[in-house]
Amino acid sequence: MRWLRAFWDSTVGKKAVMAVTGILLVGFVVAHMLGNLQMFIGADAMNRYAAFLKSTGELLWVARAGLLGAAVLHITAAYQLTQMNRAARTDAYAKRVPAASTLASRTMRWGGVLLLAFLVFHIGHFTTGTFHPAFSHTMVYGNVILGFRSPVVSAFYLAAMAALGLHLYHGAWAGFRTLGLAKRSSAPRERRIAQGLALIVWAGFSSIPVAVWLGILN
Amino acid sequence: MALTLDAKIPAGPLAEKWDRHRFEMKLVNPANKRKHSVIVVGSGLAGASAAASLSELGYRVSCFCFQDSPRRAHSIAAQGGINAAKNYRNDGDSVQRLFYDTIKGGDFRAREANVYRLAQVSVDIIDQCVAQGVPFAREYGGLLANRSFGGAQVSRTFYARGQTGQQLLLGAYQALEKEIARGGVAMFERHEMLDVVLVDGKARGIIVRDLRTGEIESHAADAVILATGGYGNVFYLSTNAKGCNVTATYRAYKKGAAFANPCFTQIHPTCIPVSGDHQSKLTLMSESLRNDGRVWVPKRREDCDKDPSSIPEADRDYYLERKYPSFGNLSPRDIASRAAKEACDDGRGVGPGGRGVYLDFGDAIKRLGRQAIEERYGNLFEMYQRITDEDPYTRPMRIYPAVHYTMGGLWVDYNLMSSIPGLHVLGEANFSDHGANRLGASALMQGLADGYFVIPYTIGDYIARTPLPAVSTDHPAFAAAKADVEARTRALLAINGTRTVDSFHRELGKIMWDKCGMARDAAGLRQALEEIPRLREAFWRDVKVLGAAEGLNQSLEKAGRVADFLEFAELMCRDALHREESCGGHFRTEYQTEDGEAKRNDEAFAYVAAWEYAGDGVDPILNKEPLAFENVHLSTRSYK
Amino acid sequence: MHLTLHVWRQASPDQPGRLVEYAAPDISPDMSFLEMLDVVNERLIQRGEEPVAFDHDCREGICGSCGLMINGSAHGPMKLTTACQLHMRSFKDGDAIWIEPWRAKAFPVVKDLVVDRSAFDRIIQAGGYISAATGTPQDANALPIPKPDADWAMDNAACIGCGACVAACPNASASLFTAAKVTHLGALPQGQPERERRALAMVAQMDEEGFGGCTLHGECQEACPKGISIDAIMQLNRDYIRASATKVEVAEWTGAA
Repeated sequence: MRWLRAFWDSTVGKKAVMAVTGILLVGFVVAHMLGNLQMFIGADAMNRYAAFLKSTGELLWVARAGLLGAAVLHITAAYQLTQMNRAARTDAYAKRVPAASTLASRTMRWGGVLLLAFLVFHIGHFTTGTFHPAFSHTMVYGNVILGFRSPVVSAFYLAAMAALGLHLYHGAWAGFRTLGLAKRSSAPRERRIAQGLALIVWAGFSSIPVAVWLGILN
Repeated sequence: MALTLDAKIPAGPLAEKWDRHRFEMKLVNPANKRKHSVIVVGSGLAGASAAASLSELGYRVSCFCFQDSPRRAHSIAAQGGINAAKNYRNDGDSVQRLFYDTIKGGDFRAREANVYRLAQVSVDIIDQCVAQGVPFAREYGGLLANRSFGGAQVSRTFYARGQTGQQLLLGAYQALEKEIARGGVAMFERHEMLDVVLVDGKARGIIVRDLRTGEIESHAADAVILATGGYGNVFYLSTNAKGCNVTATYRAYKKGAAFANPCFTQIHPTCIPVSGDHQSKLTLMSESLRNDGRVWVPKRREDCDKDPSSIPEADRDYYLERKYPSFGNLSPRDIASRAAKEACDDGRGVGPGGRGVYLDFGDAIKRLGRQAIEERYGNLFEMYQRITDEDPYTRPMRIYPAVHYTMGGLWVDYNLMSSIPGLHVLGEANFSDHGANRLGASALMQGLADGYFVIPYTIGDYIARTPLPAVSTDHPAFAAAKADVEARTRALLAINGTRTVDSFHRELGKIMWDKCGMARDAAGLRQALEEIPRLREAFWRDVKVLGAAEGLNQSLEKAGRVADFLEFAELMCRDALHREESCGGHFRTEYQTEDGEAKRNDEAFAYVAAWEYAGDGVDPILNKEPLAFENVHLSTRSYK
Repeated sequence: MHLTLHVWRQASPDQPGRLVEYAAPDISPDMSFLEMLDVVNERLIQRGEEPVAFDHDCREGICGSCGLMINGSAHGPMKLTTACQLHMRSFKDGDAIWIEPWRAKAFPVVKDLVVDRSAFDRIIQAGGYISAATGTPQDANALPIPKPDADWAMDNAACIGCGACVAACPNASASLFTAAKVTHLGALPQGQPERERRALAMVAQMDEEGFGGCTLHGECQEACPKGISIDAIMQLNRDYIRASATKVEVAEWTGAA
C-alpha cells in the first residue's frame, strides 16, 4: 500500500481525492436539490418523499456514512493542501495583479469553510431539529416553511447557497481537469458545464426560501 | 619558441580517415574509465553533449557553467536549424556535398579532414536527437521536414520552429541532468572559469570563481575540455548573449594554447538594426527568413525616407538577386552582409541613420498566403514587432548585419586537443571546421558533432596513451594560479576610478566594429592597435567596480571579462592586419576584385594562423599550419 | 520618459530586503526593460551605489534567465513576452514601476532580483528526459510521428524554465513547468517507456522542493511567456493518476528504496 501513501502525500494525489469526493458530494447536492424542489409540488409530495427516505433504513445510514467519509476526505485534503500552498510562498508580493484567477477560484477555501459551518447548522436545523423552533419529524414541508420564516436563517441559507454556487463553479471545472478527464481546448467545455451546474444548483436551492418569502410556498 | 603544430590528421583516403582513426585509437577499458576524471567548462551544445556522453561512458565528469542552469547556455538562442547530410529530400545531398559546401562556404580556410568528419557524423546527430525526444518539425506523413539555408542548393536543414537551438540544447541538457541524477556528473552552476592549471605541461585542472559566494576554487582532473563559445562580444554589440566572453579561451591562450584565426568573425546579415545609444545587444532574425523574404533597398537615395509600400517595383534594387542570380537571397552570410553594407555606404540604407535594408515578405504572402508565412516564421515576426513596433506582415522588415559568430578560436588538432596536452576545445570555442565563414545551421551541427561523436573517442585515446599521475589541488601549480586570480580580483576592486565597465566595453566595441568589422584595412587596423592599448591602460587606471569580492557581484564579473576582451582585441586586429587577403568574413578592402568580391591569396595565406602568447607586452608568435587541399579544387567562390 | 522605480534590494540570502525608490529620468520608449535597468545601474555606479543585481543573458526571450515581477505581473504587462523583450513603450511617462523578484520558498533570493531556480533542474533530474545514451540509434525517420503529436510536443517543449508560472501562481506551484516536460516527452513515441516513471518521479520531486499544488487558478498560463497551456497540467494529472493506479512504487522507480 505504499503507492497509496505516496499518492495521498502528493499534491496531485490529494487533488485527485478532492475531485473524486467532490463528484460524490456534487451528486448528493444535485439529488438533494431535486428532492427539495418537490416543495413546489405540494406538502403531500414533500412529506411522502421524506417518509420514503426514512423508510430506506440502513441504506440511508450507509449513504450518510459514505457522504460523511467523502466530506472528511475532501476537507482533510483541502486543509493539508492549503497548508502546503501557504508554505510555498512565505513572502508576499508588495504588488500583485491577478490576471486569470476568478472570485470563485480565490474563495474556494473560505467558501468551503462557510459551507462546513452551514452544513452543521443545516443538519441541526432540518434533520435533527436542534436549532428549529417548531420541529416535527414527519411534517417536513411545515418544517421548511416555518424554518425559512426567520429572516436570519433565510439570509444565512441564501449566502451559503451563493457560496455553494461559486464553490461548484470552480470546483467542478477543476475536478474534471484534476482527473484529466477533459479534452485539450482553448475554450474548455467543462468550464461551461461547471457554470451551468453552479447556476442550476444555486437557483434550485435558493428558490425555496425566496418562494417562502414571496408567499408562493406557505 | 615556436610551437610545432601537428594536426595529427590520419593517413588514408578522406572518406576512410575517421573510421580508420577510430580503430587505431586506444581504448580505456570500462572498469578503468571510472578512475578517470574530466572537467568540462561550458554547458552549451558542445559542453552538455560532451559531459553527458563521457559520463555515460563511465568517466567521472565535472561540468561548469556561469549561468544559473546549464539549460541557459547561448546555444539556446540559435533559431534556424541544423544541417545533416540525410538526403531525405532526394535532392542530391550527400556527405561529400555537405563537406564540399562547408569547405567552399568557409572560403577554403578549413581543414579538409575535420570538415569531412563533421559531414559524416551529421547524420548520426539527427538520429541521436530524435531518440532524445527533440521535436523536430514534421510533415503530415510523420516524417521529418527540411528547409533550405544560405550557401546550399539542397534542403538539408532540420528545424524545430524557430527554436532549433533551444530544442537541441534541451535534449543535451536533459541527457546531462540524467547523468547528474545518476551521479556521473557533478554540476557547478554559477561558476566561472578564470584559469587553466598546467602540471608537468599538461592541463590538469581549472580555477573557478563561485559567482554566488565569490570563493575562488580549484578543481583537478585528468583532462580538461573547454566548450566556452565564441568571442563576438568583443564588439560589445553582437547577437551573443550578454554573458558570452573570451575569458576561458583567452586565459588558456595565456597558458600556452595557440589561438587560431582570431580575425575570422561572422557578421550575420539579418539582424534588427540599432535603435539608439542604450542598445545593449542586437537581435538576430533567423537566416531562414531569406527563404521567403526578398532583400532590397531603393534604387534612388531620395526614396530612402519614403514609406516602402509607396516605392514601385521598378524603383527597388533587389541587389542580392541582381548580383548573385543563382543563389540570390540565399547567398552566404558574409556576402549578404557585405552587400548590405555596400548599399548603405552608397547612401541607400533605410531607417534610423540609414543603417538598414528591407527584407520584404510581400511577394511570399501573396504567393503562399499569410497563414503559411505565419506558420513558418510567426514567432520571428512577433519578436520583430515587439522590438520595433512595426508589423512585418504589412511593412517590410528592416535588417542590418551584426556580429554573430566567431570562426576563430583555440587551435586544435584532429582530436580536438589544443596545443596544451590534455586541453581539449569543442564547439565555437575552437577554430576547426568553418574556415573563414560558417554556413547557416552548421554551428549546431559542429557543437553536437564534437560533443556527442568526436570527443568521446579522442579523449579516451589521450587518457589511454598518457601517463597521468594523480594530482590534487594542493599542488603548487594550483596555489599559484589561484593566487593570480585572487590578485586580479583585488586589483579590479581597488581601482575605484570614475568610469563604468560598460562604458569601456562600448568604446572597445566601437573601435572593433569600425576598424575590425565587416571591412578592414591596414591603416584602420594599425590605428586600432594604437587605440586598444590606450583604452586598456585607461581601464586599469579609471574603471569603477563597486562591491566586494565575496558574494554575487555582477560588476566584478563583467570587469574581468572586459579586461580580457581589451587584451584579446589586440590579438584580433593583429591577425586581421597580418592576413593580407580577403576571405570569408575577413574582408580587407585592399584585396578585392574589380566588382568588389573578396580576393583570396592562396599562394601566401592558405594556412591557419595560430598565435602563441609570448608574455605581456611582447608580440605574440605567429605559427602557421599549412592547409592542404587534396580533395577539393581551390576555386574562387562564386554564388553568381 | 520619467519614471519612478520601487526596486527590491536584498544584499544576500540571509539578510532582510526592502523596496527602495529610485528616480529614472530620461528613459527612451525604444529601450527594453532590461536596458532601462542598465541605464539606472550605470547611474547608480556613477553615484557610488551598488547596481541592482538581476539575472539576464540572451535578451531575446529564449534563455529564460530574466524574470522580474513588474507591477504585479510576471515579466510585466505584455502577454507572451519576457522582461528582456518588454519595451518601455508599454509604460507611460510618469509611471511608478514596482520591480520584485520571483517569490517562492523553492526560489530563495540570492541577491536583489536574482533568485535560485535550481529546483527546476532537480525536477528535470528526477525524470525529465528520455534515456537514450549517445550511440547510433535507429534512423531518425524510422518512426513516423503524426504532425499534430509533434506539434503538441513542441508547444510544450517551448518552455524556457524562467519560473514565471511559479511566480504568478497564488500557490507558488511548479505544476505548469513540470507538466510541460511530462507532456512534451509523453507526446512522442520515444517517451513512452519511461512515461509512468517520469510522471511519478517528477511530481514527487516537485513536491519535495516545496512548491505548492495546482488549484487551477490559471495564472501560470497567463504569465507564461511561451504560451504553454494548462492543458499540460491536465495531461500531467492523467499520467500521474494512471501511473499510480498501476501501483508502481515511486521508490522502486527512483531507486530510493
